[in-house]
Amino acid sequence: MTTLTLSKALNEGLRKAMENDPKVLIMGEDVGRLGGVFRVTDGLQKDFGEDRVLDTPLAESGIVGTAIGLALRGYRPVCEIQFDGFVFPAFDQITTQLAKMRYRSLGKLILPVVIRVPCGGGIGAVEHHSESPEALFAHTAGLRVVVCGDPADAYAMIQQSISCDDPVIFFEPKRRYWDKTEVDLAGGVAGAAPLDRARTLASGTDATVLCYGPMVRTCAEAAVAAQADGRSIEVIDLRSIAPLDTEAIFASVRKTGRCIVVHEAPVTGGLGGEIAALVTQECFYQMEAPVLRVGGYSTPYPPSRIEEHYLPDLDRVLDAVDRAFTY
Amino acid sequence: MAVKAAGRAASQADFKPPQPAELIQLLTPEGERAEHPDYPLEISTDEIKALYRDLVLVRRIDFEAIALQRQGELGIWASLLGQEAAQVGSGRALGPRDMAFPTYREHGVAWCRGLDPTKLLELFRGVSHGGWDPKEHNIALYTIVIGSHVLHATGYAMGIQRDGALGEDGQAAIAYFGDGATSQGDVNEAFIWASVTNAPVVFFCQNNQWAISEPLERQSRVPLYLRAHGFGFPGVRVDGNDVLGCLAVTRKAMQAAREGQGPTLIEAYTYRMGAHTTTDDPTRYRLSAELESWKLKDPVERVKQYLIRSGLADESFFTGISAEADEVGKRVRKACLEMPDPTPLSMFDNVYVEPTALLNAERAQLAAYLDSFAGEEGAR
Repeated sequence: MTTLTLSKALNEGLRKAMENDPKVLIMGEDVGRLGGVFRVTDGLQKDFGEDRVLDTPLAESGIVGTAIGLALRGYRPVCEIQFDGFVFPAFDQITTQLAKMRYRSLGKLILPVVIRVPCGGGIGAVEHHSESPEALFAHTAGLRVVVCGDPADAYAMIQQSISCDDPVIFFEPKRRYWDKTEVDLAGGVAGAAPLDRARTLASGTDATVLCYGPMVRTCAEAAVAAQADGRSIEVIDLRSIAPLDTEAIFASVRKTGRCIVVHEAPVTGGLGGEIAALVTQECFYQMEAPVLRVGGYSTPYPPSRIEEHYLPDLDRVLDAVDRAFTY
Repeated sequence: MAVKAAGRAASQADFKPPQPAELIQLLTPEGERAEHPDYPLEISTDEIKALYRDLVLVRRIDFEAIALQRQGELGIWASLLGQEAAQVGSGRALGPRDMAFPTYREHGVAWCRGLDPTKLLELFRGVSHGGWDPKEHNIALYTIVIGSHVLHATGYAMGIQRDGALGEDGQAAIAYFGDGATSQGDVNEAFIWASVTNAPVVFFCQNNQWAISEPLERQSRVPLYLRAHGFGFPGVRVDGNDVLGCLAVTRKAMQAAREGQGPTLIEAYTYRMGAHTTTDDPTRYRLSAELESWKLKDPVERVKQYLIRSGLADESFFTGISAEADEVGKRVRKACLEMPDPTPLSMFDNVYVEPTALLNAERAQLAAYLDSFAGEEGAR
């Protein structure tokens, strides 16, 4: 076991994937010599060369569009989009081409492209550097959308995403890049949960809290705090938001009777709404309270000096838990 | 009172847009061979006859598809009428290991790659979104979003580089697009990528003068092929209605790409003789006089004139090709009419490599719903 930051764990996962498969490429802005603005690709160009770690021109559609062409030629490109708010120039290529090309070919093509996107707020950044656009991609059939929550899981998930033959949008919670956990670098990914499975972080009996990405730590801490109030909270890290591990979600909610979904993204049209509908449909007779959502407000991401009021935190999660007990 | 569009009155007085230098042409509209020092073309009579056959057959397939659309058998069709030479000339310049990335109008290119024309009808009939295997004939699926695939071609070419498949017997990619597409960001990004990576890709722009209703002047104030120079690679303009010119120019550009000399932009100067698609009405936006002038430059007729004038083909050759065209037309029609609809449940196939639980559940839901009508009058 090695103690690694999330950023370094991703770096090690990328390195492992590149060692295992010579078709794996890394491409993006500043990923080579600089090692990425968050240093996730640090040292990889030095060790694997410029043909495998490409500093691309500054155009996101071009990054994803050429990655599609490389995939058609048999490569497995891993694209880095520098920040969440800059993914939109590539949105067309991702949604009209990458997501649909296998379908268009009646299954004759695979598109093993991973698009890494640092996401979420909380780092005091300027506009376009703190967003959570995952629902836009989860809404698009043909894409897998995953969000890593901690270093150990990120190390496995990035490798699983690269070996997946479907296109994967891989979100990385940027304010957690410096969080550390133990990572089993020698153990490989065999012991990790499959890419499309949720994992239970804390078992509980009174309420289910569903979360992913940056909210994983927040919710785990909320569960500990809730214990002081005598409440037993089950925390589930969804990991994959497309497809959703509904089996795990339903099993937990049937047990606890209460469900709170937490994400940084605006609640309007977000994953929480989708999950609420599914849970209501499947667990209606076991529910003690309606599904509650804790998330960003229906505003553009606010200026950073007030972002703490926008982002869900431990207290807002606990407040929702309290409300779930008032029905 | 006429409303004047803003900002159109004057450009900067001292700016002189570059003017086209020349149009490469190896066969005149009258059917006379011409020479060009940069594009010598050694071609046998049989090869020219084969090109003529291609031109006639793809035009016939196109006519048949338009007729099928008019009869309600296709939802829509994008006619290649007028662009046969650009597509056949460039299509026949490709080697089997080169990779073509077409738009939805490249029926002539598809023909040259050996793709069964009935596969194209699947898309326009609404039976599939394409469905052929791009690797089988090295032609990618038709791309409907304008310009998207030009980046795919460039990325594919970057893969050729990484495979070390360059050299005298190397491989290259070719991206087809139109004049309208040159305004798309993706096409300009592809030019940049290809330039800075020196990727083995040829950009084949069929400038057919019209992007649906918008004339070229809505896309550019400079000749399109000259744009390449700003990106740092050569651009050439060829008579797009001259199959020999298109063949020679594309051959040279592809070979340069295969040998590692990087991209070329070819502007095939042609004309969309028909509507944008069968849903379009060009009489609303262009003059018939323009159409008439382009009829005199017909890409098929000039090859016929050349073969007749030179005494290289007799009447039996032309009647033979004509009869073959009718056979192909019949075959395409028959295949279209016999094409089965996909089953409703097939819509759930191939979204992912393995179906998700959600898709399986939705499939079961639709199946059960359809089953609930079993035995009813007019069951689905």
